[in-house]
Amino acid sequence: MKKSFIAAIVLSFGLVACGGGGEASTETTTKEKPKSMLKKTIDPMQDKGVGPITSVTIDAEINQEMASAGKEVYEKMCTACHKPTEKFIGPAPKGVLDRRTPEWVMNMILNPEQMVKENDAAKKLLMEYNGSPMANQNLTEEEARQVLEYFRTL
Amino acid sequence: MKKHNLFLPVIAALMLMVSCGGPQGGAETFKKPGGALSSNAAERVYVAPGEYDEFYAFLSGGFSGQLAVYGLPSGRLLKVIPVFSVDAEKAYGFNEETKPMLETSFGFVPWDDSHHPELSQTDGTTDGRWIFINGNNTPRIARISLETFETVEIIEIPNSGGNHSSPFTTENTEYVVAGTRFAVPNPQRDMPINEYKGNFKGALTYISVDPEDGDMEIAFQILMPGFDYDLSHSGKGKSHGWTFFTTYNTEEAHTLMEIGASQRDKDFIAAVNWKKAEEYLAAGNFKEVPANYVNNELDEDSHTATSTKHTTVKVLIPEDCPGLVYFLPTPKSPHGVDVDPTGEYIVGNGKLSADMSVHSFTKMLNAIENELYDGEAYGIPILKYDEVLAGIVTEPGLGPLHTEFDAFGNAYTTFFISSEVVKWKVGTWEILDRVPTYYSVGHLMIPGGDSKHPDGKYLVAMNKITKDRYLPTGPEMNHSAQLYDITGDKMELLLDFPTIGEPHYAQAIPADRVMQHSKKFYKLDENTHPYKALNENETRMERDGNDVHIYMTTIRSHFAPDNLQGVKVGDVVYFHVTNLEQDWDVPHGLAVMGARNSELLIMPGQTETMKWIPQREGVYPFYCTDFCSALHQEMQGYIRVAPKGSNPELKWSLNE
Repeated sequence: MKKSFIAAIVLSFGLVACGGGGEASTETTTKEKPKSMLKKTIDPMQDKGVGPITSVTIDAEINQEMASAGKEVYEKMCTACHKPTEKFIGPAPKGVLDRRTPEWVMNMILNPEQMVKENDAAKKLLMEYNGSPMANQNLTEEEARQVLEYFRTL
Repeated sequence: MKKHNLFLPVIAALMLMVSCGGPQGGAETFKKPGGALSSNAAERVYVAPGEYDEFYAFLSGGFSGQLAVYGLPSGRLLKVIPVFSVDAEKAYGFNEETKPMLETSFGFVPWDDSHHPELSQTDGTTDGRWIFINGNNTPRIARISLETFETVEIIEIPNSGGNHSSPFTTENTEYVVAGTRFAVPNPQRDMPINEYKGNFKGALTYISVDPEDGDMEIAFQILMPGFDYDLSHSGKGKSHGWTFFTTYNTEEAHTLMEIGASQRDKDFIAAVNWKKAEEYLAAGNFKEVPANYVNNELDEDSHTATSTKHTTVKVLIPEDCPGLVYFLPTPKSPHGVDVDPTGEYIVGNGKLSADMSVHSFTKMLNAIENELYDGEAYGIPILKYDEVLAGIVTEPGLGPLHTEFDAFGNAYTTFFISSEVVKWKVGTWEILDRVPTYYSVGHLMIPGGDSKHPDGKYLVAMNKITKDRYLPTGPEMNHSAQLYDITGDKMELLLDFPTIGEPHYAQAIPADRVMQHSKKFYKLDENTHPYKALNENETRMERDGNDVHIYMTTIRSHFAPDNLQGVKVGDVVYFHVTNLEQDWDVPHGLAVMGARNSELLIMPGQTETMKWIPQREGVYPFYCTDFCSALHQEMQGYIRVAPKGSNPELKWSLNE
């Protein structure tokens, strides 16, 4: 009796130590629904996303100089996946500010890894586009702002 | 019951060691009272997932020709940097951009034997800018950038054969040196081998390193007698301005060397005053002689290497340059020569000697000043042994090879024959400790252990024979390395890990001196490759006679263009692929069916070129080899090949 008891303890000790991270106990199940299902749908025009941009001021008139700088950045860094007016690898930016806040757009450019993990709208887009990741092209905030201004001209 | 309570943990501990440690680790810990568990050896080398190691260690790949990067203390392999051998994984020596890196005066040489990594130094401290390594067989020195962890320059060493005592640095990386192990006829010519004596010469080469960009040039060579120049180290502190080279085969034997080169009780350490050499050069007291060597450099912005031929070298002849070289008699066939952190002591590791001789730099200067000579050899004064000797480490072990130092006045020497590391006190020559190695240790390495400021903490012993240390893998076993803790009075074995090729020597550096400068990607803006395509609008195909150039881009997850037509049998096709990604660790690969080289592996922002010669008409797939996104498996395309002699129109498209 004693022998088998010792062996069992030794064995389980060995397993835990070598296996690492194995769940020792199962959690008690609750009837609560998973958090995500309880979440309210966020109004996209209120959703600023997650990332460095918390507030963007947009003038009534388009700043043409900024927009043309943005066009240049966009053509260099973005067109491999985004055509200005038609769906391609990713969505077309035409009219994006009718669907999204400027902060959300800039955060998606500047912080895509966190956005597709934590922002529901971004998560949905990732699935809609078959898991094709939004590449982080390491634009500066200034460049992202210029690209945003260019989007207004489309 | 109480009795059992005490008993249980012991059994559990034993069980753990057997099941986790493996038979060897287990056997080793059982041998010593206390063992690895009670000393927390496992804890001291454990680097938790996601955590970083404390040191970068660079272990030479030996006959693999490469350089392996490990983390210490974990012993985790971080990367293998291709240096002297082609590497299909990284397309090194296979893509058009890096082929020139392996050019030599003999043409393209796809392999070498890499021995001694050496970190660049500023004021005698490793500075994390570059690491140098020697190619032994077709004499070369490579410089590797520690921003990109890529080989960025290789220079060939002329008048040399077996570049072994290399590429040890001076204390501000003014020079790295290259002493020839094998003497060769000078000038190189067809002559009887048995007329070696007096006709074969050994060249000691000083390669200057540009302090800004690291550019290497051969500054001068010293034409020495036809001995074998085995290893070297430059002075530091008070001995800055000098380099010490060990010699063997001062007998000048040309056959059955294991007997012929082991006749004399003493060989020499050659002490070279390189500041004096600079004076002779400035005074024009040198010969410019024909030499045949190349210098290959990688341009970081075009990601492309070029190979430049050189035809002459400046040579200094010791007989014509008094004060340039002196010989320090040293028993017997000394292998390593190691200078302690103060620069005062020059340790001759006399591999066939019972004792180890340590010379004093101060006494050497005095002997030179007072001309305390014991004759000369080929016009080079031989200093009197007793007048330069600082002390003797008496019977420390069998077959001393190499010594490194800690910051507390201790030296650590490897003994090949007796398979051990011995710790001794510099100045008193007293033996303090010894530990076994498994088995037949060659070099050892302490981070900063050959510099003015050793970073200490660990010692890595690199062993020539592995035998039963790991699970057997057929007749060939990877070499082994052992990590020892040297912070206490006694050295303590912590870890045992396999290595790549033969790790002759290694260097290590605190991680923060390197990691902060590590490059994450190449900026597209700075790409100057002549065949770049910086966006999909620039992608195209162009014909130039039988050459077809494809300007292609990659981004997660497609090639642009991905349908290629207009190529025919008899063409030479160049895939120039620019990776448009601008983020860390997002390379794309390219593999084309039937390519008789390797894949491409293109870093973000980089352009690489694959040469592909279509042999049969048909339609051939190409695809991305590096899993890049959830749609990686969709990252593919086709190239259509028309029959020889046809005249197909070039057509390229994406999404048409």
